[in-house]
Amino acid sequence: MISLPLTGIRVVDITVIYAGPFATMHLADWGAEVIRVESIKHFQVLTRGGMARPPQELVSNPTRTGGIATYCGRDVSFRPWNRWTLFNAHARNKLGCTMDLTQPKGRELFKRLIQASDVFLESNAPHVTENLGLTYDVLQEVNPRLIMLSMPGFGGYGPYKYYRGLGVHQESFVGHTFLRGYPDSDPSTTSTLYHADEASGATAAFAVLAALHYRNQTGKGQFIDLAQAEATMPHLGEAIMDYTMNRRVQTSSGNCLPGAAPCGCYRCRGVDRWLNITVGSDGEWAGLCRAMGNPPWTKEERFSDSLSRYKNRNELDRLIEEWTRKHNHYKLMYRLQKEGVPAGPVIFEDDAYKDPHLKERGFFNELTHAECGTHLYPGLGWRMSKTPNRLRLPPVRLGEHNEYIYKGILKVSDEEYRELEREGHIGMDYTPEVR
Amino acid sequence: MEQALSDVRVLDLTRYVAGPYCTKLLADYGADVIKVEEPGSGDPSRRMGPFFQDEPHLEKSGLFLHLNTNKRGITLNLKSETGKKLFQKLVTRVDILVENFSPRVMPDLRLEYEKLERLNPKLVMTSISNFGQTGHYRDFKASELVLYGMGGSMNDTGTIDRYPTKKGGRVIQYQAGTIAAVATMLALLSSRAQGKGQHVDVSIFESQMASIDRRMSQLLTYQYNKEISYRMDLEEERAGFPVGIYPCQDGFFHIAGGYVFWPRIAQMMGRSDLAADPGFSTPLGQREPENLERFNLIWYPWITERTKSEIVAAGQAAGVLCGPVNTTEDLFHDPHWQAREFWVEIEHPVTGKVTYPGAPFKMAETPWRVVRPAPLLGQHNEEVYRELGYSKEDLVRLREGGVI
Repeated sequence: MISLPLTGIRVVDITVIYAGPFATMHLADWGAEVIRVESIKHFQVLTRGGMARPPQELVSNPTRTGGIATYCGRDVSFRPWNRWTLFNAHARNKLGCTMDLTQPKGRELFKRLIQASDVFLESNAPHVTENLGLTYDVLQEVNPRLIMLSMPGFGGYGPYKYYRGLGVHQESFVGHTFLRGYPDSDPSTTSTLYHADEASGATAAFAVLAALHYRNQTGKGQFIDLAQAEATMPHLGEAIMDYTMNRRVQTSSGNCLPGAAPCGCYRCRGVDRWLNITVGSDGEWAGLCRAMGNPPWTKEERFSDSLSRYKNRNELDRLIEEWTRKHNHYKLMYRLQKEGVPAGPVIFEDDAYKDPHLKERGFFNELTHAECGTHLYPGLGWRMSKTPNRLRLPPVRLGEHNEYIYKGILKVSDEEYRELEREGHIGMDYTPEVR
Repeated sequence: MEQALSDVRVLDLTRYVAGPYCTKLLADYGADVIKVEEPGSGDPSRRMGPFFQDEPHLEKSGLFLHLNTNKRGITLNLKSETGKKLFQKLVTRVDILVENFSPRVMPDLRLEYEKLERLNPKLVMTSISNFGQTGHYRDFKASELVLYGMGGSMNDTGTIDRYPTKKGGRVIQYQAGTIAAVATMLALLSSRAQGKGQHVDVSIFESQMASIDRRMSQLLTYQYNKEISYRMDLEEERAGFPVGIYPCQDGFFHIAGGYVFWPRIAQMMGRSDLAADPGFSTPLGQREPENLERFNLIWYPWITERTKSEIVAAGQAAGVLCGPVNTTEDLFHDPHWQAREFWVEIEHPVTGKVTYPGAPFKMAETPWRVVRPAPLLGQHNEEVYRELGYSKEDLVRLREGGVI
């Protein structure tokens, strides 16, 4: 057996919302000591909630249920910031402390923490670290071996350096929004998603590991400028190349994949139940026909080869859906897979927890959170044969590891610790004036 | 300048998208990646569009050219005994092997990790597959669409009155490739530190189940509250105004307004006189249909007279969260990416100069760099096999035997 690959690496993390925390999640999962530094005097909107203390009434009577941003038990009577699903999804295996970086003493303490660390990650708009005086040129004097990665939306320089936006605006900026959605409708009907967050978060983790590898060889740390948009654009590479090579502006092709017909999302029996099917060859088409019981229409000339199937895809989709509507989506997956056809259901959350494959691979892990209780959490994104691993620590609560970080790492005395509590650095609750 | 991964050697059996994007990340930051392709046909992505000047050709696929920059290319028939021997020789000379065949292929070729590990105990082997190397769905077939439907939040993509939709292009496979690059680097770090390689099992399905794009949060919402997420109608998704995607003179733009940001929206339009209007700046006011009507009368004339870049510039100046809905053409001409020198021109023997997407991040000491374009099929056979100690005559025999 091999110990976790990042054992002994300490990461200081002031990332916000989704993309940055997704990067540090991977580092924490694989052994790094990731320390989130937060402030009890400043509430970063969307990281631990929409507001620090939301009215119970609003949370109990939502305009919609489900979603990414809810509170455990819809109960916000005690420390709601420790119960938010948007945060708790990525905050496992991390440690946390609180520090007021707007005070000189806070910045001093922060620099001491940087001195004792290997990596510093931040995803704020560039003016934040500039105003705090916590830029790379300052911090590398404190710790010359430091690897610092900044990942604002648009990077550390360029005309849009200070542009503001959320993940959803990144999606539009990088061209993803225009390339998806219903092909028979204009972009104003395209729903919200956050691919740029997962793309740039994972890319940032890769960047840190590449820098750690280089530091292991040479002893040199460095600064990494990651624009979330630039980490995402290569994921759309072939559409971009179609423009640079052929001056073609691609639009959304909906659920069609190049060279595949039929290819789509078909309604099944039940409420909002769906099956995706992709037929990429004549062999798979024959498999689909067998699964459907070879109805006579499948023999028609207009469906006889892949080009004809593509040209007549709307009619084909209608006929296939007549069949899928009568059946359960999971049963159809098994029937089609048996015939060698790529097919699978649109999985909802309850399906996921029951899914036999995820169960067999032990994907969900149980964690006990001091305030939320015991639950199953979505687990690791991959397996390593000699490094058995699972989720270890529950999502970090605000200021949960103040004792360890201040006394254990920064060597603060008991007396100093109490003073820091009085001065608003140390705590587990946002101060009363924080909204 | 040296690159971050200059001392790393990679043997690359990957095809299509996920695997090649993983090894592209390694190669673009300096690793010596040897891409192994089937003699004659090569990576199937060579036959996938878009093609340079729309002409289908093994050396003109934009998908292949993008995904395989900086790699050296050799051909090798892994089914032949001689081919296996050559492959095993290569395995002893590398740090990393990446493959994305379906899980039965490597064991069927008798090239499974347990065997390769004996040849090279430090070897990191990364296997990327649709569902992973074990489990109920291991041998299931999948596609970009099927994988997003099963792994990702497709149940929440699209609108409730219609069918769920996929993401753009092949981003699910790119994402799995990115995740695989993270996993591979972790295994390399521990192999270098602890002297032992290991087998990394990346499942595209699980990389989506563990995705920060809504999925993990929604899974937790279900655990915490037994609530299922669903696609919304647009009005529900975009409660308040202006929120969402709107048309303008030359396209569309995305904006986050609502009562919270109303004063900034008013400022953006040069209508600070409306900043405190309770019909726009309060939650209750925004719920009244007559206020929406009033808003529309001000809003639509203002936006339809302006281009998306004018609107976004005005919005950003007023602190509004917004962005243009860019096309690939817009991206290419955008002054920001030009100022950051994101685009790179790469000379290729068949296509000539073409512009590609560039560095996903900029390392101050160890740059992203293009040393060579994607390889022609078998382009580096002679170079690589000579490095293994084969003579020109040996190569002729291997070629005649259909091995390379």
